[in-house]
Amino acid sequence: MSADNKVIISVKDLKKFYNDGEVKALDGVTTDIRKGEVVVVIGPSGSGKSTFLRSLNLLERPTGGSITFEGNDIMAPSTDINKLRQKMGMVFQHFNLFPHLTILRNMTIAPMKLNGLSKEDAEKKALSLLERVGLADRAKAYPSQLSGGQKQRIAIVRALAMDPEVMLFDEPTSALDPEMVGEVLDVMKNLAKAGMTMVCVTHEMGFAREVGTRVIFMDCGRIIEENTPDQIFTNPQNERLKSFLQKVL
Amino acid sequence: MSEQNKLPAPEPALLNKTKKSNLILVFGILSVLFSIIPLAGIVFAVLAICLFVKNRSGMKAEIGKTLAMIGIVISIIASAVELLFFPLNNPPSWLSAIRSDFLVSSFWIDFENNFISEKRYMYILKGLGVTFEVTFFAVLLGIALGVVVALVRSSYDTLKEEMRGGFGKGLLWFFNKLCGVYLTVIRGTPVVVQLMIIYFVIFASSNNKILVAVLAFGINSGAYVAEIIRGGIMSIDKGQFEAGRSLGFGYVRTMAFIIIPQAFKAVLPALANEFIVLIKETSVSGYVGLQELTKGGDIIRSRTYSAFMPLIAVAIIYLVIVMFFSWLVSLLERRLKNSER
Ligand SMILES: Nc1ncnc2c1ncn2[C@@H]1O[C@H](COP(=O)(O)OP(=O)(O)OP(=O)(O)O)[C@@H](O)[C@H]1O
Ligand SMILES: [Mg+2]
Repeated sequence: MSADNKVIISVKDLKKFYNDGEVKALDGVTTDIRKGEVVVVIGPSGSGKSTFLRSLNLLERPTGGSITFEGNDIMAPSTDINKLRQKMGMVFQHFNLFPHLTILRNMTIAPMKLNGLSKEDAEKKALSLLERVGLADRAKAYPSQLSGGQKQRIAIVRALAMDPEVMLFDEPTSALDPEMVGEVLDVMKNLAKAGMTMVCVTHEMGFAREVGTRVIFMDCGRIIEENTPDQIFTNPQNERLKSFLQKVL
Repeated sequence: MSEQNKLPAPEPALLNKTKKSNLILVFGILSVLFSIIPLAGIVFAVLAICLFVKNRSGMKAEIGKTLAMIGIVISIIASAVELLFFPLNNPPSWLSAIRSDFLVSSFWIDFENNFISEKRYMYILKGLGVTFEVTFFAVLLGIALGVVVALVRSSYDTLKEEMRGGFGKGLLWFFNKLCGVYLTVIRGTPVVVQLMIIYFVIFASSNNKILVAVLAFGINSGAYVAEIIRGGIMSIDKGQFEAGRSLGFGYVRTMAFIIIPQAFKAVLPALANEFIVLIKETSVSGYVGLQELTKGGDIIRSRTYSAFMPLIAVAIIYLVIVMFFSWLVSLLERRLKNSER
């Protein structure tokens, strides 16, 4: 199905070096993200997964290569990166909710200040999103009053409040107690079912298998193998992927 | 803890407690207000403290207790003064004896000589006013300068990689260097020297000593405030900045809506401490002839040739002010710690 869909993000020969090329966090990554895809990125620690994801919305500035979003070069000086980031929601490992604002304000501040939504409209939208993740009764609470799983669900709907076209997830469940992983994955699954385009860095192989449409295996800053979850998990080709899967499964 | 809903209504015991702490606060305030009437002040204070001992909880109760203690001290002083000076038609003989003994005691003779005759207490009162005036405006100037310098320096640190060069970057580089020089010079020289340079060199033609002092202490304090605020900005988790940027906020708006409010909250007690430090620092203003509290005491000393009373009085006044503001800061700190973060 995904092969005929429109390409949203196109990445070509992406490179990111640290310390004058001594550390090659990304060493030539090329791939396309199509509309409606759920791309799961896996790989050992330090393989460049976060760097790849964070390059997509220029939280890291690549050393070389190109990234286009809906056909526009995102690194071109004429591109308004702030406008572009509004179309790419991002969810972090450590939630990064704004601790000085209520949950409701966390979710309405960006739509109000950036999209010019009125307070009523922004709050109505935020409340319906909170309803979707079962946290409507916590709207007036502060982040410190929530559990980790609740925080991450809020972080997801905070990003959704900007109506992004793509959602980027960087290990959204890695900082959670095991019993809270499920509630966050459920929200992500529902999001995928609703047709959201997603790029997820995760160690949750069950999630990759169940909702992923494509799995990318990275090592040493390169894409080593890329295929449907079914093929990756039942018929891995590369030796490094095989030994990685042996360790995590 | 996190799953439970917020308590819809406080339990009866809790309600009782808030009522009691309100009562403690009211008694505390009354004890200060009535401290001129000796017994009344002490009665209210004792009531407040007794209630507090039974029920030591909450900020209001703490404030009430401290006010009650202040009330007791004022009451005792007021009672002594009234006992000795309150005009009576037929004072009992024991009181008359005490009064006439007191009037010839060396303490009273010294006291009268230093503070009462020729209205010398006015040096202290006016000086205190000047000290507060200079400190207040210097703090405002210091915070304004400090915020600007802190923003320039931390903006430069974050933006030097992101900016693509050109005029904007050059300007920021220039201001960053300027701020660096300001911090080095101000923190590397004594404040008295800075004060004298501003008065005798830069403002040699003007005689507005208060303005000069405000400028000198404001500029000086700005350098320290800048580092406090920069520390506050740096103490905010990098993830907060990234979350703001990833939502689509630019650098300036991320700072304004997300970083600065959190940083400010984090450094508020340190800023309040800067005010306390400055109250004491302004005591060197006498070097340029500004008659603030210390200079006021010193003038009395030079008139009466007795050093003990005026200088001890000045010291006690500083001590009381500093203790009072330190107490306020500790309340503020606790308040911030308790509030949602
Ligand atoms: N700021 C930096 N300076 C120097 N090296 C860095 C920097 N950030 C990342 N790296 C290096 O780049 C490589 C890729 O890092 P990255 O965070 O993308 O890995 P990852 O796959 O996300 O790992 P993990 O699973 O531990 O999150 C690592 O070797 C890391 O040490
Ligand atoms: Mg990572």
